[in-house]
Amino acid sequence: MALTFQQFLFYAFAAVLVGAALGVITARNPVHSVLYLVLAFFTSAALWLLMEAEFLALTLVLVYVGAVMVLFLFVVMMLDIDLAALRAGFTRYLPLGLVVAALIVWEMASVLGPARFGPGRVAAPAPHGAGYSNTKALGETLYTQHLYAFEVAALILLVAIVAAIALTLRRRPDTRRQDPARQVRVRRRDRVRLVRMAPERRPAPAASEPGGRTGTEEA
Amino acid sequence: MIETIQSLWAAVPEPVQIPVLIVVKILVIVLPLMGAVAYLTFAERKIIGYIQVRIGPNRVGPRGWLQPIADAVKLLTKEIVLPANASRFLFLIAPVLAIGPALAAWAVVPFDEGLLLADIDAALLYVLALTSLAVYGIIIAGWASNSKYALLGAMRSAAQMVAYEIAMGFALVGVLMVGDSLNLREIVLRQAGSPLHWFVWPLLPLFVVYFVSGVAETNRAPFDVAEGESEIVAGFHVEYSGIAFGVFFLAEYANMILISTLASLMFLGGWLSPFEGWAPESWFAVPVLGTLLASGIHWLLAKTAFFLFCFLWFRATFPRYRYDQIMRLGWKVFLPLTIVWLFVEGLAQYFRIGPWFA
Repeated sequence: MALTFQQFLFYAFAAVLVGAALGVITARNPVHSVLYLVLAFFTSAALWLLMEAEFLALTLVLVYVGAVMVLFLFVVMMLDIDLAALRAGFTRYLPLGLVVAALIVWEMASVLGPARFGPGRVAAPAPHGAGYSNTKALGETLYTQHLYAFEVAALILLVAIVAAIALTLRRRPDTRRQDPARQVRVRRRDRVRLVRMAPERRPAPAASEPGGRTGTEEA
Repeated sequence: MIETIQSLWAAVPEPVQIPVLIVVKILVIVLPLMGAVAYLTFAERKIIGYIQVRIGPNRVGPRGWLQPIADAVKLLTKEIVLPANASRFLFLIAPVLAIGPALAAWAVVPFDEGLLLADIDAALLYVLALTSLAVYGIIIAGWASNSKYALLGAMRSAAQMVAYEIAMGFALVGVLMVGDSLNLREIVLRQAGSPLHWFVWPLLPLFVVYFVSGVAETNRAPFDVAEGESEIVAGFHVEYSGIAFGVFFLAEYANMILISTLASLMFLGGWLSPFEGWAPESWFAVPVLGTLLASGIHWLLAKTAFFLFCFLWFRATFPRYRYDQIMRLGWKVFLPLTIVWLFVEGLAQYFRIGPWFA
Protein backbone atom coordinates (compact mmCIF):
# COMPACT_ATOMS: atom_id res chain seq x y z
CA MET A 1 0.00 0.00 0.00
CA ALA A 2 1.41 3.32 -1.01
CA LEU A 3 1.58 5.98 1.68
CA THR A 4 -0.13 9.26 1.00
CA PHE A 5 1.95 12.34 1.69
CA GLN A 6 -0.01 13.04 4.88
CA GLN A 7 0.55 9.54 6.16
CA PHE A 8 4.23 9.82 5.39
CA LEU A 9 4.38 13.07 7.37
CA PHE A 10 2.49 11.50 10.23
CA TYR A 11 4.88 8.58 10.54
CA ALA A 12 7.93 10.82 10.16
CA PHE A 13 6.75 13.17 12.92
CA ALA A 14 5.65 10.26 15.10
CA ALA A 15 9.08 8.68 14.79
CA VAL A 16 10.77 11.96 15.74
CA LEU A 17 8.35 12.38 18.66
CA VAL A 18 9.03 8.92 20.07
CA GLY A 19 12.77 9.41 19.59
CA ALA A 20 12.66 12.76 21.36
CA ALA A 21 10.59 11.34 24.21
CA LEU A 22 13.15 8.57 24.66
CA GLY A 23 15.88 11.20 24.56
CA VAL A 24 14.23 13.09 27.43
CA ILE A 25 14.69 10.15 29.79
CA THR A 26 17.96 8.76 28.47
CA ALA A 27 20.00 11.94 27.97
CA ARG A 28 22.74 12.21 30.57
CA ASN A 29 22.76 15.97 30.72
CA PRO A 30 19.57 17.57 32.08
CA VAL A 31 19.91 20.48 29.64
CA HIS A 32 19.88 17.99 26.77
CA SER A 33 16.79 16.39 28.32
CA VAL A 34 14.99 19.70 28.36
CA LEU A 35 15.95 20.34 24.73
CA TYR A 36 14.61 16.89 23.78
CA LEU A 37 11.39 17.81 25.55
CA VAL A 38 11.22 21.00 23.47
CA LEU A 39 11.63 18.88 20.34
CA ALA A 40 8.89 16.55 21.57
CA PHE A 41 6.47 19.46 22.10
CA PHE A 42 7.30 20.91 18.74
CA THR A 43 6.77 17.62 16.95
CA SER A 44 3.46 16.98 18.67
CA ALA A 45 2.39 20.46 17.57
CA ALA A 46 3.20 19.39 14.02
CA LEU A 47 1.07 16.25 14.51
CA TRP A 48 -1.81 18.40 15.74
CA LEU A 49 -1.46 20.54 12.66
CA LEU A 50 -1.88 17.41 10.57
CA MET A 51 -5.14 16.81 12.44
CA GLU A 52 -6.41 20.29 11.44
CA ALA A 53 -6.13 21.56 15.02
CA GLU A 54 -4.07 24.61 14.05
CA PHE A 55 -5.12 26.77 16.98
CA LEU A 56 -4.14 24.19 19.56
CA ALA A 57 -0.91 23.38 17.72
CA LEU A 58 0.23 26.99 17.55
CA THR A 59 -0.81 27.62 21.14
CA LEU A 60 1.22 24.60 22.20
CA VAL A 61 4.28 26.07 20.51
CA LEU A 62 3.58 29.54 21.86
CA VAL A 63 2.87 28.59 25.47
CA TYR A 64 4.90 25.46 26.12
CA VAL A 65 7.84 25.81 23.74
CA GLY A 66 8.02 29.59 23.77
CA ALA A 67 7.48 30.29 27.44
CA VAL A 68 7.26 27.32 29.80
CA MET A 69 10.25 25.44 28.42
CA VAL A 70 12.33 28.62 28.30
CA LEU A 71 11.82 28.98 32.04
CA PHE A 72 12.58 25.28 32.51
CA LEU A 73 15.80 25.69 30.61
CA PHE A 74 16.54 28.81 32.60
CA VAL A 75 16.32 26.86 35.87
CA VAL A 76 18.04 23.69 34.67
CA MET A 77 21.00 25.61 33.28
CA MET A 78 21.68 27.12 36.68
CA LEU A 79 21.51 23.82 38.54
CA ASP A 80 24.77 22.24 39.50
CA ILE A 81 23.83 18.59 39.20
CA ASP A 82 26.12 15.81 40.34
CA LEU A 83 25.39 13.11 37.77
CA ALA A 84 27.22 10.39 39.71
CA ALA A 85 25.00 10.95 42.75
CA LEU A 86 21.92 10.82 40.55
CA ARG A 87 22.90 7.48 39.09
CA ALA A 88 24.00 5.97 42.40
CA GLY A 89 20.89 3.93 43.18
CA PHE A 90 20.10 2.97 39.60
CA THR A 91 20.49 -0.82 39.87
CA ARG A 92 18.80 -0.94 43.27
CA TYR A 93 15.66 0.82 42.07
CA LEU A 94 15.63 -0.76 38.61
CA PRO A 95 13.30 -3.73 39.44
CA LEU A 96 10.75 -1.49 41.13
CA GLY A 97 10.92 0.96 38.23
CA LEU A 98 10.39 -1.82 35.70
CA VAL A 99 7.34 -3.07 37.61
CA VAL A 100 5.82 0.42 37.68
CA ALA A 101 6.55 0.94 33.98
CA ALA A 102 4.99 -2.41 33.07
CA LEU A 103 1.90 -1.53 35.12
CA ILE A 104 1.51 1.81 33.35
CA VAL A 105 1.94 0.23 29.92
CA TRP A 106 -0.65 -2.42 30.76
CA GLU A 107 -3.12 0.18 32.03
CA MET A 108 -2.73 2.37 28.99
CA ALA A 109 -2.93 -0.56 26.58
CA SER A 110 -6.12 -1.85 28.18
CA VAL A 111 -7.84 1.55 27.85
CA LEU A 112 -6.38 2.83 24.58
CA GLY A 113 -5.92 -0.55 22.85
CA PRO A 114 -7.55 -1.45 19.55
CA ALA A 115 -10.42 -3.17 21.37
CA ARG A 116 -11.73 0.15 22.67
CA PHE A 117 -10.14 2.97 20.77
CA GLY A 118 -9.19 1.69 17.30
CA PRO A 119 -10.35 3.07 13.96
CA GLY A 120 -12.99 0.33 13.97
CA ARG A 121 -14.57 1.79 17.10
CA VAL A 122 -14.22 5.51 16.55
CA ALA A 123 -14.89 6.86 13.09
CA ALA A 124 -12.39 9.32 11.65
CA PRO A 125 -13.72 12.89 11.79
CA ALA A 126 -14.74 14.36 8.47
CA PRO A 127 -12.15 16.82 7.10
CA HIS A 128 -13.32 20.43 7.06
CA GLY A 129 -13.34 22.74 4.07
CA ALA A 130 -10.87 25.54 3.44
CA GLY A 131 -13.08 28.24 4.98
CA TYR A 132 -13.42 26.47 8.32
CA SER A 133 -11.79 28.36 11.17
CA ASN A 134 -10.70 26.16 14.02
CA THR A 135 -10.04 29.16 16.23
CA LYS A 136 -13.52 30.56 15.80
CA ALA A 137 -15.18 27.21 16.46
CA LEU A 138 -13.11 26.69 19.60
CA GLY A 139 -13.91 30.19 20.84
CA GLU A 140 -17.61 29.73 20.26
CA THR A 141 -17.84 26.51 22.26
CA LEU A 142 -15.51 27.79 24.95
CA TYR A 143 -17.49 30.97 25.60
CA THR A 144 -20.99 29.49 25.27
CA GLN A 145 -21.25 25.80 26.13
CA HIS A 146 -18.30 25.57 28.47
CA LEU A 147 -18.36 29.09 29.84
CA TYR A 148 -18.80 28.00 33.44
CA ALA A 149 -15.94 25.51 33.42
CA PHE A 150 -13.79 28.03 31.57
CA GLU A 151 -14.38 30.74 34.16
CA VAL A 152 -13.71 28.34 37.03
CA ALA A 153 -10.45 27.27 35.41
CA ALA A 154 -9.46 30.91 34.97
CA LEU A 155 -10.21 31.60 38.62
CA ILE A 156 -8.14 28.62 39.75
CA LEU A 157 -5.23 29.87 37.66
CA LEU A 158 -5.57 33.32 39.18
CA VAL A 159 -5.50 31.88 42.68
CA ALA A 160 -2.44 29.86 41.71
CA ILE A 161 -0.67 32.98 40.46
CA VAL A 162 -1.46 34.90 43.62
CA ALA A 163 -0.36 31.97 45.77
CA ALA A 164 2.91 31.55 43.85
CA ILE A 165 3.73 35.21 44.26
CA ALA A 166 2.71 35.24 47.92
CA LEU A 167 4.92 32.21 48.62
CA THR A 168 8.02 33.52 46.91
CA LEU A 169 7.77 37.19 47.78
CA ARG A 170 9.91 38.07 50.73
CA ARG A 171 10.37 41.55 51.99
CA ARG A 172 13.91 42.38 52.88
CA PRO A 173 14.07 45.70 54.67
CA ASP A 174 17.86 45.85 54.26
CA THR A 175 17.81 46.04 50.46
CA ARG A 176 17.99 49.55 49.14
CA ARG A 177 15.70 50.04 46.21
CA GLN A 178 15.16 52.99 43.96
CA ASP A 179 11.86 54.70 43.46
CA PRO A 180 11.97 56.22 39.97
CA ALA A 181 9.11 58.56 40.81
CA ARG A 182 11.12 60.03 43.65
CA GLN A 183 14.21 60.18 41.48
CA VAL A 184 12.35 62.19 38.90
CA ARG A 185 10.76 64.49 41.45
CA VAL A 186 14.04 65.45 43.04
CA ARG A 187 15.00 69.12 42.91
CA ARG A 188 18.37 70.76 43.09
CA ARG A 189 17.84 72.17 46.54
CA ASP A 190 17.25 68.65 47.92
CA ARG A 191 20.72 67.57 46.95
CA VAL A 192 22.99 70.62 46.78
CA ARG A 193 23.20 73.58 49.09
CA LEU A 194 25.14 76.57 47.88
CA VAL A 195 26.65 78.46 50.74
CA ARG A 196 27.91 81.99 50.43
CA MET A 197 31.08 82.50 52.38
CA ALA A 198 33.96 84.87 52.48
CA PRO A 199 37.11 83.73 50.65
CA GLU A 200 39.63 82.21 52.94
CA ARG A 201 43.03 83.75 53.06
CA ARG A 202 45.93 81.33 52.96
CA PRO A 203 48.35 82.04 55.80
CA ALA A 204 51.82 83.08 54.76
CA PRO A 205 54.10 80.01 54.41
CA ALA A 206 56.46 79.40 57.26
CA ALA A 207 60.10 80.08 56.42
CA SER A 208 61.35 76.55 57.05
CA GLU A 209 59.50 73.67 58.55
CA PRO A 210 61.45 71.30 60.70
CA GLY A 211 60.02 68.13 59.17
CA GLY A 212 60.75 69.11 55.54
CA ARG A 213 57.92 68.68 52.97
CA THR A 214 54.48 67.85 54.27
CA GLY A 215 52.03 65.39 52.80
CA THR A 216 49.55 68.02 51.72
CA GLU A 217 52.04 69.74 49.50
CA GLU A 218 52.75 66.50 47.73
CA ALA A 219 49.11 65.94 46.86
CA MET B 1 11.75 31.78 -25.37
CA ILE B 2 8.90 32.00 -22.87
CA GLU B 3 7.01 29.26 -24.71
CA THR B 4 9.94 26.85 -24.52
CA ILE B 5 10.21 27.49 -20.77
CA GLN B 6 6.48 26.92 -20.40
CA SER B 7 6.61 23.64 -22.34
CA LEU B 8 9.61 22.51 -20.32
CA TRP B 9 7.77 23.34 -17.10
CA ALA B 10 4.68 21.43 -18.25
CA ALA B 11 6.86 18.35 -18.85
CA VAL B 12 7.89 18.31 -15.17
CA PRO B 13 5.72 15.84 -13.23
CA GLU B 14 3.26 17.44 -10.84
CA PRO B 15 4.63 16.02 -7.55
CA VAL B 16 7.94 17.73 -8.44
CA GLN B 17 6.33 20.97 -9.63
CA ILE B 18 4.83 21.94 -6.27
CA PRO B 19 8.02 21.70 -4.16
CA VAL B 20 10.05 23.41 -6.88
CA LEU B 21 7.53 26.24 -7.01
CA ILE B 22 7.57 26.62 -3.23
CA VAL B 23 11.37 26.67 -3.13
CA VAL B 24 11.43 29.34 -5.84
CA LYS B 25 8.93 31.42 -3.87
CA ILE B 26 10.99 31.04 -0.71
CA LEU B 27 14.09 32.20 -2.57
CA VAL B 28 12.18 35.18 -3.93
CA ILE B 29 11.43 36.22 -0.35
CA VAL B 30 14.68 35.24 1.37
CA LEU B 31 17.25 36.57 -1.10
CA PRO B 32 15.96 40.19 -1.10
CA LEU B 33 15.64 39.86 2.69
CA MET B 34 19.32 38.93 2.98
CA GLY B 35 20.19 41.88 0.75
CA ALA B 36 18.08 44.12 2.96
CA VAL B 37 19.84 42.79 6.06
CA ALA B 38 23.25 43.48 4.52
CA TYR B 39 22.36 47.03 3.62
CA LEU B 40 20.56 47.58 6.92
CA THR B 41 23.92 47.12 8.64
CA PHE B 42 25.37 49.68 6.25
CA ALA B 43 22.47 52.05 6.88
CA GLU B 44 22.92 51.60 10.61
CA ARG B 45 26.57 52.59 10.51
CA LYS B 46 25.92 55.50 8.19
CA ILE B 47 22.89 56.87 10.04
CA ILE B 48 24.45 56.54 13.48
CA GLY B 49 27.56 58.10 11.98
CA TYR B 50 25.66 61.15 10.77
CA ILE B 51 23.77 61.43 14.06
CA GLN B 52 27.14 61.54 15.82
CA VAL B 53 28.55 63.99 13.25
CA ARG B 54 30.84 61.43 11.67
CA ILE B 55 30.82 60.15 8.10
CA GLY B 56 30.66 56.42 8.76
CA PRO B 57 32.16 53.76 6.47
CA ASN B 58 33.30 55.37 3.21
CA ARG B 59 36.38 53.39 2.10
CA VAL B 60 35.04 50.28 0.31
CA GLY B 61 33.47 51.10 -3.04
CA PRO B 62 31.90 54.44 -3.99
CA ARG B 63 30.91 56.24 -0.75
CA GLY B 64 31.25 52.95 1.12
CA TRP B 65 28.46 51.18 -0.72
CA LEU B 66 30.37 47.89 -0.94
CA GLN B 67 31.09 47.80 2.80
CA PRO B 68 28.48 45.09 3.64
CA ILE B 69 29.91 42.83 0.94
CA ALA B 70 33.41 43.29 2.32
CA ASP B 71 32.07 42.48 5.80
CA ALA B 72 30.38 39.32 4.54
CA VAL B 73 33.54 38.15 2.76
CA LYS B 74 35.56 38.82 5.89
CA LEU B 75 33.17 36.83 8.11
CA LEU B 76 33.01 33.95 5.62
CA THR B 77 36.77 33.58 5.39
CA LYS B 78 37.46 33.78 9.12
CA GLU B 79 38.01 30.67 11.16
CA ILE B 80 35.19 29.34 13.34
CA VAL B 81 36.78 28.76 16.72
CA LEU B 82 35.31 25.94 18.78
CA PRO B 83 35.96 26.44 22.49
CA ALA B 84 37.64 23.37 24.00
CA ASN B 85 34.94 22.62 26.57
CA ALA B 86 31.96 23.70 24.49
CA SER B 87 29.08 21.37 23.80
CA ARG B 88 29.99 20.90 20.14
CA PHE B 89 26.67 20.02 18.57
CA LEU B 90 24.64 22.62 20.46
CA PHE B 91 27.32 25.24 19.90
CA LEU B 92 27.06 24.79 16.15
CA ILE B 93 23.27 24.42 15.96
CA ALA B 94 22.54 27.54 18.06
CA PRO B 95 23.03 30.06 15.21
CA VAL B 96 20.76 27.92 13.02
CA LEU B 97 18.09 27.95 15.71
CA ALA B 98 18.42 31.73 15.88
CA ILE B 99 17.96 32.34 12.18
CA GLY B 100 15.42 29.57 11.44
CA PRO B 101 12.39 31.21 13.10
CA ALA B 102 13.48 34.63 11.87
CA LEU B 103 13.15 33.40 8.28
CA ALA B 104 10.23 30.99 8.72
CA ALA B 105 7.94 33.74 10.03
CA TRP B 106 8.15 35.45 6.61
CA ALA B 107 6.04 32.64 5.12
CA VAL B 108 2.80 34.33 6.19
CA VAL B 109 3.74 37.99 5.68
CA PRO B 110 1.58 39.51 2.93
CA PHE B 111 3.46 42.05 0.81
CA ASP B 112 0.52 43.13 -1.28
CA GLU B 113 -3.00 41.98 -2.01
CA GLY B 114 -2.44 38.33 -3.00
CA LEU B 115 1.34 38.57 -2.84
CA LEU B 116 2.27 36.13 -0.10
CA LEU B 117 3.66 32.64 0.30
CA ALA B 118 1.04 31.06 2.58
CA ASP B 119 -2.37 32.59 3.20
CA ILE B 120 -3.17 30.74 6.43
CA ASP B 121 -5.98 31.54 8.82
CA ALA B 122 -3.98 31.62 12.02
CA ALA B 123 -1.18 33.79 10.60
CA LEU B 124 -0.98 36.10 13.61
CA LEU B 125 -0.68 33.16 15.98
CA TYR B 126 1.90 31.56 13.71
CA VAL B 127 4.05 34.68 13.76
CA LEU B 128 3.77 34.95 17.53
CA ALA B 129 4.65 31.26 17.99
CA LEU B 130 7.68 31.47 15.72
CA THR B 131 9.06 34.69 17.17
CA SER B 132 8.80 33.09 20.60
CA LEU B 133 11.21 30.39 19.38
CA ALA B 134 13.95 32.88 18.58
CA VAL B 135 15.08 32.86 22.21
CA TYR B 136 16.33 29.27 21.96
CA GLY B 137 19.19 30.19 19.67
CA ILE B 138 20.41 32.71 22.22
CA ILE B 139 19.95 30.51 25.29
CA ILE B 140 21.58 27.47 23.69
CA ALA B 141 24.45 29.58 22.39
CA GLY B 142 25.04 30.95 25.87
CA TRP B 143 24.94 27.59 27.55
CA ALA B 144 26.88 25.61 24.95
CA SER B 145 29.77 28.08 24.95
CA ASN B 146 30.61 27.01 28.51
CA SER B 147 31.61 30.53 29.38
CA LYS B 148 30.41 32.68 32.25
CA TYR B 149 29.79 35.80 30.22
CA ALA B 150 27.88 33.86 27.59
CA LEU B 151 25.72 32.16 30.22
CA LEU B 152 24.97 35.49 31.90
CA GLY B 153 23.92 36.91 28.55
CA ALA B 154 21.70 33.90 27.87
CA MET B 155 20.01 34.21 31.27
CA ARG B 156 19.31 37.91 30.79
CA SER B 157 17.98 37.30 27.34
CA ALA B 158 15.68 34.46 28.45
CA ALA B 159 14.09 36.48 31.22
CA GLN B 160 13.75 39.55 29.04
CA MET B 161 12.19 37.71 26.11
CA VAL B 162 9.63 35.94 28.26
CA ALA B 163 8.69 39.22 29.92
CA TYR B 164 8.20 41.19 26.71
CA GLU B 165 6.60 38.38 24.77
CA ILE B 166 3.57 38.56 27.05
CA ALA B 167 3.09 42.27 26.48
CA MET B 168 3.60 41.71 22.77
CA GLY B 169 1.04 38.90 22.72
CA PHE B 170 -1.51 41.10 24.48
CA ALA B 171 -0.90 43.88 21.97
CA LEU B 172 -1.63 41.38 19.19
CA VAL B 173 -4.83 40.32 20.98
CA GLY B 174 -5.92 43.94 20.68
CA VAL B 175 -5.19 43.86 16.95
CA LEU B 176 -7.20 40.71 16.42
CA MET B 177 -10.12 42.18 18.39
CA VAL B 178 -10.51 45.12 16.02
CA GLY B 179 -9.31 43.17 12.99
CA ASP B 180 -11.80 40.39 13.72
CA SER B 181 -9.41 37.88 12.17
CA LEU B 182 -6.10 36.11 12.72
CA ASN B 183 -5.27 36.35 9.03
CA LEU B 184 -2.76 39.11 8.35
CA ARG B 185 -4.15 39.84 4.88
CA GLU B 186 -7.64 40.33 6.27
CA ILE B 187 -6.28 42.49 9.08
CA VAL B 188 -4.74 44.81 6.50
CA LEU B 189 -7.90 44.88 4.40
CA ARG B 190 -9.90 45.88 7.51
CA GLN B 191 -7.85 49.07 7.65
CA ALA B 192 -8.82 50.09 4.12
CA GLY B 193 -10.58 53.41 3.63
CA SER B 194 -8.29 56.21 4.72
CA PRO B 195 -5.34 56.72 7.05
CA LEU B 196 -7.88 57.36 9.80
CA HIS B 197 -9.01 53.74 9.49
CA TRP B 198 -5.56 52.44 10.35
CA PHE B 199 -5.44 50.56 13.65
CA VAL B 200 -2.74 52.83 14.98
CA TRP B 201 -5.36 55.37 16.12
CA PRO B 202 -7.75 53.21 18.14
CA LEU B 203 -4.84 51.08 19.38
CA LEU B 204 -2.26 53.78 20.01
CA PRO B 205 -1.11 52.45 23.43
CA LEU B 206 -0.92 48.91 22.08
CA PHE B 207 1.06 50.15 19.10
CA VAL B 208 3.61 51.78 21.36
CA VAL B 209 3.79 48.68 23.55
CA TYR B 210 4.17 46.46 20.51
CA PHE B 211 6.97 48.43 18.96
CA VAL B 212 8.93 48.92 22.17
CA SER B 213 8.48 45.23 23.02
CA GLY B 214 9.69 44.48 19.51
CA VAL B 215 12.85 46.46 20.19
CA ALA B 216 13.29 44.48 23.41
CA GLU B 217 12.54 41.13 21.74
CA THR B 218 15.20 41.69 19.11
CA ASN B 219 17.75 42.57 21.81
CA ARG B 220 18.38 45.98 20.30
CA ALA B 221 19.55 49.08 22.11
CA PRO B 222 18.40 50.39 24.57
CA PHE B 223 17.41 46.85 25.66
CA ASP B 224 20.56 45.06 24.51
CA VAL B 225 21.66 43.81 27.92
CA ALA B 226 22.03 40.29 26.50
CA GLU B 227 25.08 41.61 24.67
CA GLY B 228 26.01 44.30 27.18
CA GLU B 229 29.53 44.99 25.91
CA SER B 230 30.40 47.15 28.87
CA GLU B 231 29.72 44.54 31.56
CA ILE B 232 29.57 41.06 29.99
CA VAL B 233 31.78 41.66 26.94
CA ALA B 234 29.40 40.48 24.20
CA GLY B 235 27.02 38.25 26.10
CA PHE B 236 25.76 35.13 24.44
CA HIS B 237 27.96 35.32 21.34
CA VAL B 238 31.27 36.12 23.01
CA GLU B 239 32.73 32.74 22.00
CA TYR B 240 31.50 32.85 18.41
CA SER B 241 33.67 33.85 15.50
CA GLY B 242 33.52 33.92 11.73
CA ILE B 243 30.26 33.15 10.00
CA ALA B 244 28.78 31.48 13.12
CA PHE B 245 28.79 34.97 14.64
CA GLY B 246 27.61 36.34 11.30
CA VAL B 247 24.51 34.15 11.39
CA PHE B 248 23.51 35.59 14.78
CA PHE B 249 23.98 39.00 13.28
CA LEU B 250 21.79 38.09 10.30
CA ALA B 251 19.10 36.73 12.62
CA GLU B 252 19.04 39.91 14.70
CA TYR B 253 18.64 42.12 11.67
CA ALA B 254 16.12 39.80 9.98
CA ASN B 255 14.08 39.96 13.20
CA MET B 256 14.28 43.75 13.17
CA ILE B 257 12.92 43.84 9.64
CA LEU B 258 10.21 41.32 10.59
CA ILE B 259 9.06 43.37 13.59
CA SER B 260 9.01 46.53 11.48
CA THR B 261 7.02 44.84 8.73
CA LEU B 262 4.53 43.38 11.19
CA ALA B 263 4.11 46.74 12.91
CA SER B 264 3.33 48.39 9.58
CA LEU B 265 0.96 45.57 8.58
CA MET B 266 -0.98 45.55 11.81
CA PHE B 267 -1.04 49.21 12.75
CA LEU B 268 -0.21 51.31 9.70
CA GLY B 269 -2.28 49.59 7.05
CA GLY B 270 0.47 47.57 5.38
CA TRP B 271 0.48 48.17 1.65
CA LEU B 272 -2.45 50.62 1.79
CA SER B 273 -1.67 54.12 0.58
CA PRO B 274 -2.00 57.04 3.00
CA PHE B 275 -3.55 59.03 0.13
CA GLU B 276 -6.44 56.63 -0.07
CA GLY B 277 -9.83 58.01 0.84
CA TRP B 278 -9.18 61.76 0.87
CA ALA B 279 -7.09 62.53 -2.23
CA PRO B 280 -9.19 63.33 -5.32
CA GLU B 281 -9.53 60.57 -7.92
CA SER B 282 -7.72 62.69 -10.52
CA TRP B 283 -4.46 62.33 -8.55
CA PHE B 284 -4.40 58.59 -9.09
CA ALA B 285 -4.96 59.07 -12.85
CA VAL B 286 -1.60 60.83 -13.35
CA PRO B 287 0.59 58.36 -15.31
CA VAL B 288 3.55 57.50 -13.05
CA LEU B 289 2.72 59.50 -9.94
CA GLY B 290 -0.72 57.86 -9.84
CA THR B 291 0.69 54.35 -9.38
CA LEU B 292 3.07 55.67 -6.74
CA LEU B 293 0.23 57.29 -4.84
CA ALA B 294 -2.02 54.24 -5.11
CA SER B 295 -1.72 51.32 -2.70
CA GLY B 296 1.06 48.85 -3.40
CA ILE B 297 4.06 47.06 -2.03
CA HIS B 298 6.12 50.27 -2.10
CA TRP B 299 4.03 51.72 0.74
CA LEU B 300 4.71 48.63 2.85
CA LEU B 301 8.42 49.00 2.14
CA ALA B 302 8.33 52.70 2.98
CA LYS B 303 6.55 52.11 6.29
CA THR B 304 8.93 49.30 7.16
CA ALA B 305 11.89 51.52 6.34
CA PHE B 306 10.50 54.17 8.69
CA PHE B 307 10.32 51.70 11.58
CA LEU B 308 13.81 50.44 10.80
CA PHE B 309 15.05 54.00 10.91
CA CYS B 310 13.44 54.29 14.36
CA PHE B 311 15.38 51.20 15.49
CA LEU B 312 18.64 52.89 14.47
CA TRP B 313 17.54 56.23 15.87
CA PHE B 314 16.81 54.64 19.28
CA ARG B 315 20.22 53.07 19.30
CA ALA B 316 21.93 56.37 18.67
CA THR B 317 19.77 58.25 21.17
CA PHE B 318 19.02 56.26 24.30
CA PRO B 319 21.46 54.97 26.92
CA ARG B 320 21.13 51.30 27.78
CA TYR B 321 18.49 50.38 30.34
CA ARG B 322 19.62 48.84 33.56
CA TYR B 323 18.45 45.25 33.91
CA ASP B 324 15.95 45.73 36.73
CA GLN B 325 14.51 48.75 34.90
CA ILE B 326 13.87 46.57 31.85
CA MET B 327 11.99 44.06 33.97
CA ARG B 328 10.05 46.82 35.68
CA LEU B 329 9.01 48.33 32.36
CA GLY B 330 7.92 44.99 30.95
CA TRP B 331 6.00 43.59 33.88
CA LYS B 332 4.79 46.66 35.76
CA VAL B 333 4.12 49.15 32.97
CA PHE B 334 3.48 47.40 29.65
CA LEU B 335 1.53 44.42 30.90
CA PRO B 336 -1.04 46.38 32.94
CA LEU B 337 -1.26 48.96 30.18
CA THR B 338 -2.16 46.36 27.55
CA ILE B 339 -4.71 44.69 29.83
CA VAL B 340 -6.38 48.02 30.59
CA TRP B 341 -6.52 48.88 26.90
CA LEU B 342 -8.04 45.49 26.07
CA PHE B 343 -10.79 46.30 28.57
CA VAL B 344 -11.32 49.70 27.00
CA GLU B 345 -11.46 48.10 23.58
CA GLY B 346 -13.91 45.45 24.72
CA LEU B 347 -16.22 48.06 26.25
CA ALA B 348 -15.99 50.24 23.15
CA GLN B 349 -16.87 47.30 20.95
CA TYR B 350 -19.71 46.19 23.19
CA PHE B 351 -21.31 49.63 23.34
CA ARG B 352 -20.24 50.48 19.75
CA ILE B 353 -18.54 53.69 20.79
CA GLY B 354 -16.58 56.00 18.57
CA PRO B 355 -15.73 56.00 14.90
CA TRP B 356 -13.69 52.80 14.95
CA PHE B 357 -15.89 50.38 16.83
CA ALA B 358 -19.24 51.39 15.41
